[in-house]
Amino acid sequence: MSSITVPVAVPSSDLLRDVSSSSVFELRGVNVHYGTHLAVSDVSVDIAEHQITAFIGPSGCGKSTLLRCFNRTNDLIVGATVSGLVRYHGINLYGPDVDAIELRRRIGMVFQKPNPFPKSIFDNVAFGPRVTGMAKRDLNDWVEVCLRRAALWDEVKDKLKQSGLSLSGGQQQRLCIARAIAVRPDVILMDEPCSALDPIATARIEELMIELREEFTIVIVTHNMQQAARISNRTAFFGVDVSEVGVRRGVLIEEGATYDLFTKPRQTRTEEYITGRFG
Amino acid sequence: MTDINAANSAPIIDLRTSKQHPARLADRLLPTITRACVAIGLLVLATLVVQVFVEGWPRLSLDVITKFPARKAEMAGARSAFFGTIWVIGFTAALCIPIGVGAAVYMEELADNNRWWNRLIEVNVQNLAAVPSIVYGILGLSFLVRGLGLGQTVIAGALTLTLMVLPTVIIASREAIKAVPSSLRQASIGLGATQLQTIGRVVLPAATPGIATGVILALSRAIGEAAPLILIGGLTYIKFSPTGPSSAFTVLPIQIFNWISRPQEEFRTLAAAAIVVLLGILLVLNSLAIWIRNHARRNA
Repeated sequence: MSSITVPVAVPSSDLLRDVSSSSVFELRGVNVHYGTHLAVSDVSVDIAEHQITAFIGPSGCGKSTLLRCFNRTNDLIVGATVSGLVRYHGINLYGPDVDAIELRRRIGMVFQKPNPFPKSIFDNVAFGPRVTGMAKRDLNDWVEVCLRRAALWDEVKDKLKQSGLSLSGGQQQRLCIARAIAVRPDVILMDEPCSALDPIATARIEELMIELREEFTIVIVTHNMQQAARISNRTAFFGVDVSEVGVRRGVLIEEGATYDLFTKPRQTRTEEYITGRFG
Repeated sequence: MTDINAANSAPIIDLRTSKQHPARLADRLLPTITRACVAIGLLVLATLVVQVFVEGWPRLSLDVITKFPARKAEMAGARSAFFGTIWVIGFTAALCIPIGVGAAVYMEELADNNRWWNRLIEVNVQNLAAVPSIVYGILGLSFLVRGLGLGQTVIAGALTLTLMVLPTVIIASREAIKAVPSSLRQASIGLGATQLQTIGRVVLPAATPGIATGVILALSRAIGEAAPLILIGGLTYIKFSPTGPSSAFTVLPIQIFNWISRPQEEFRTLAAAAIVVLLGILLVLNSLAIWIRNHARRNA
C-alpha cells in the first residue's frame, strides 16, 4: 500500500479507467495574467479526446481561469492576457488567424450557476443553431434530439413554449447542457456545473456526463473531489504557490489517470489535499 | 424543592416592548406616515381629475377632437391640436427610441469606461437631463428652425422634443441594459454568437421592460410640454390638421394654454375638456407601457 491511509474517494468503476487516446488540447507553458498579476503559471497538460478530464484544487488556484483559455472567453476580461501555447487539434488557438467566434461554436460551455436565457425552453436550445444559421425547418427535430441527449425531453416535451426559468435548478442545468450541445461542439467545458445543485440533481448531471463522453470531450472544473473521482478519467490537480511577499499564483501540481492520482499520488501536496489534510 | 424556589427567584427577564424608546415609537408610526405620503399623491391626482372632469363636463364630447378652433367657443374644438400632438409625439418616439437605445448600447456594451472621454460623456448625459425645457426650445429655434431651415414644422417640433427627452431615454435604457445579468452575455458568447447577435437577441430583449418604462416616462413628459414648442413656433390658432412632417402644427398644451388665457368662461370649459383629452392620451401611453412590460416578462 501507499502511504495514504484513508483515501476520501476512490474511483470504483472500470468504465472510468483512462484509455489512452489522442489529445484534443495540448497546453505548453501557459501563463495567464490579470494585468500584471500572474494568475496561472506555466501549465503544460494534454486533454484527451472522449474523456472526462477534471480540474481540481483549492479556491484561487486558477482552474476556472485556465478553463476559459480553451474557448478564449478570457479575451472578454479586460486586462487578461494568455501566453504560452494552447493547441486545439494542432492549431495554435491564440494564433493570428483564429476567429474566437468560430472557435466558440466548436467548444460548448456550461457554467456554475444555471443561466438559461429568459426565453422559452425551445428558444434556449434553438439559440445556438439560430445564430449559426441552421435552417428553420430542421430546428424542431434538432431541438428534440438535443433535449433527448440532455435527458430532459420527457420532462419538458409538453411545455417547450414555457420559460426556461420555470424549470428547477437541475433541469435548468440540463437545459444549458442541451443548449451547449445544440451547436455540435466537440468539446464541452463545465465550470463547477453542479455546485448550485442538490445531490439528486447532481447525480443526474453526472450520469449524463458519462453518457456524453461517447460523443464529446469534457473538461470539468470541480471543487468536489468525490465528483472528480466518480466521473473523470483523468484528473489535473492545481495548487496555489505563495511567494515570500505573499503573491499567489496557480500552478499545476500533478496530472494523471484519475485512479492513479487518487490511489497513488506522486506529490505530497496532492496526497494531502485528497486525504483532506489540506485545502 | 429548594431548587425550584431558587429558579423562581432568578432575575426576571422582561420581554415586553419598551414603548418609551423613540426608535420603537418611530417604528409604530412608520405605516401611518408612509400611508400619508401615498395619500397625498393620490389625493392630488384625484382632485385634479375630478376638477377637470367637472369643469369640462359641459363640453366633453367628440366635438373636442373633431372640430377645429374657432372664434366662438361653442363652435370650437381642438382637432388640429389633437392630431398635432399625435404627429409630434409619433415622430418623437420614432426618433428618440432608436437613438437613445443605440447610445445606451454604446455606453454599456462597447465603451471602455476607463477612458476619460467616455466618463465625460456619461456625466454630460446626466447634466443634459436636468436642462430646462425652454433651453431646448431656444436650441430648436436657432439650430433646427433657422439653422437647418426646417421652419415651424412638425419635424422641427419632434426633433426639439427628441433632444429634450434623449438624456432620459439614454439613462433609463442604460440602467435596463446594466441590469441584464452578465451570465446571459457569457452564455451567448459561449454559444458562438457575435456581439451584435448577443446584444440583439439576448441583452435588448431582456432589457425591454426597463427601456419601455423609461421611454414612456420620457414621452409622457414630452407630450405635456408647451414651452419649447411655443418657442419654435407651434402656432396657437391653426384650422387644419398636420398632413406630414413639414406641416405647421399646434399641440394640446399650447391650445389649452391659449384657451385658458381667454377671458370668456366658455373657453375655460373647453380647455378643461381638452385637458381630459390630454390625460386620456397619457393613460393610453401608460397602458401601452404596462402592456409591453407584461408581454416582455411573460416571454421571459
